[in-house]
Amino acid sequence: MVGATAADDLQTKASSLLVRNVSKVHVSADGTHVAALSDVSLSIAAGELVSLVGPSGCGKSTLLRLIAGLDAPSSGELRIGANPISGPSAERGLVFQDPNLFPWLTVRRNIESGLAARNVLREKRHDVDDFMRLVGLESFANAFPHQLSGGMAQRVALARALVNHPRVLLLDEPLGALDAFTRMRMQDEVLRLWQNRGTTMLLVTHDIDEAIYMSDRIVMMTPRPGRIERIIEINQPRPRQRNSSEFLELRGRILEMLHFAGENAQAPNR
Amino acid sequence: MSMEGISTSFVMSPPAKAAAPRRSPGPRAILTAAAPFIATSVALAVDRLPSHQTTLPSHLYPLLLEITLGLSLIALLLQLALAPVRTWFAPKAPLLAAFVLLLGFWDLITLKLALMPLPYFPGPDLVIQNLVDNWRMLATCTGYSLLLLSVGFMVGASLGVFCGVLIGWSIRFRYWGMPVLKVLGPIPATALVPLALMLFPTAFISGTSLIALAVWFPVTMLTASGIANVRVSYLDVARTLGAGRVFLIFRVAIPAAMPSIFIGLFMGLGASFLTLIVAETVGVRSGLGWYLAWAQQWADYGKVYAVIVIMAFFFSGLMTLLFKLRDRVLVWQKGVIKW
Ligand SMILES: Nc1ncnc2c1ncn2[C@@H]1O[C@H](COP(=O)(O)OP(=O)(O)O)[C@@H](O)[C@H]1O
Ligand SMILES: [Mg+2]
Repeated sequence: MVGATAADDLQTKASSLLVRNVSKVHVSADGTHVAALSDVSLSIAAGELVSLVGPSGCGKSTLLRLIAGLDAPSSGELRIGANPISGPSAERGLVFQDPNLFPWLTVRRNIESGLAARNVLREKRHDVDDFMRLVGLESFANAFPHQLSGGMAQRVALARALVNHPRVLLLDEPLGALDAFTRMRMQDEVLRLWQNRGTTMLLVTHDIDEAIYMSDRIVMMTPRPGRIERIIEINQPRPRQRNSSEFLELRGRILEMLHFAGENAQAPNR
Repeated sequence: MSMEGISTSFVMSPPAKAAAPRRSPGPRAILTAAAPFIATSVALAVDRLPSHQTTLPSHLYPLLLEITLGLSLIALLLQLALAPVRTWFAPKAPLLAAFVLLLGFWDLITLKLALMPLPYFPGPDLVIQNLVDNWRMLATCTGYSLLLLSVGFMVGASLGVFCGVLIGWSIRFRYWGMPVLKVLGPIPATALVPLALMLFPTAFISGTSLIALAVWFPVTMLTASGIANVRVSYLDVARTLGAGRVFLIFRVAIPAAMPSIFIGLFMGLGASFLTLIVAETVGVRSGLGWYLAWAQQWADYGKVYAVIVIMAFFFSGLMTLLFKLRDRVLVWQKGVIKW
């Protein structure tokens, strides 16, 4: 989509992530308890790209909010590098499924908001241009969010998180609202960013193809209570081919594990 | 209540679609363009009728109509010649014509047919005469009212936003603040006139305090509810971007609450008009409200209507100003872009 920019050269120090025996019980307004996460343990190396898949309600968003520090776990511990996570911080960026752009700010000001929040806008203003170019929205710098399409808004949300150079980037179905073409292009963009900047990424997706195409490992979760069922390593070299036989075979295996393969589905190993 | 859909401009497109700009104007477009001229001619004809009220002969009203006639003729000719002028003037023409016709009707039922009893219902000439004769006094009163109102409104609005943010943001302030607000807020500021006159050294200070109080309540209420109802996800996003409390309050919560704050400001402005007139009637020795009460005491209804005309323009001008400000601050809102 865009050529290499200064944004790519700004190497970000990545951090490892540790989730140990974490449980989270949500108490809803009517007093009922929901075990959103039960004894979840996961260790992510610095610079790794891990996908989180599973049916809705299995606690993927809950886990991301815990890592982001927006909620506290009911039990267990979370660490970034060697430090325990005690609250939200700019070193852990989070892109929500809904772009959640600030509607009162223009595209440019939205992307700047992380820098403004940390009082570094003056020194880092030129970064904003790079990221705006990166997500292909230079010509919309002065547009307001309500004038953007869903895909454009999500790209702004991504740029807004990236401009802070987080050590860990948490992505909660960030591409879910995009059409198939924009989606594949954005997958490549995110991959390119990840490779150039070395950020640790944790990506929630409901798209098996996306998970296989992008990640080093796929964490499969099951609901009620939310648990990690299995972790699959993807050892295929990058850049991956979406229609290679290895890709399709892996896809078939994962769908089988999820019992979605169907009656007469066969792994495409002909 | 919602103010979002209300346009700033009081001049809207006419109901007839006749105003569509075309190369050569059709008969309906010509009629629209000529409407003010025709209306003024009718009003002038009414003015030439013999008077049935025993008042002095009119001077200013016919003069005004004659000037209007000349201007509307020029406007008509310009419109026939130039399409851009037509496009610009056409939306305003029916309203202007209706206004002039209304003046003529007023002239007809008062001066010409003597249907309305004097001195309560003077004709347009007397009111215009009063406006012209007393302009210096009226200007002084308007200036005084403007001072009283703007000081009171500014103080009340600032305090309201301040208290509203505290109450909306902090659970502790909400606990202690809401009961006070619930008990003190609904008291009409005008009920506190005796108290204010006693408490404050000058009528000006008691007047501004009353206006400030009247503005403070709705602004506090609407600001507090706006802040308390800010979407949590905006705050969550800001936190993950590294925002501290100051940023969360001033750069997220307050901008997000702006639409609600403006509703409070509009309610406060309405309340301030009422309070201004009452305060000026009972305590203050100047201003439009005082002039109104004074003219009424002398049964000088020409002056009464003159000051009411001034008030209409004064208050609607201030409302328009606030609308413009809102449209500017809330450009980001869908559908409120025009101003
Ligand atoms: N704030 C909350 N209050 C109560 N229950 C919640 C809350 N957030 C999530 N839950 C519940 O926790 C479970 C996991 O939710 P979530 O993490 O959003 O799942 P996912 O993102 O995988 O779809 C669901 O059953 C959901 O209803
Ligand atoms: Mg979710």
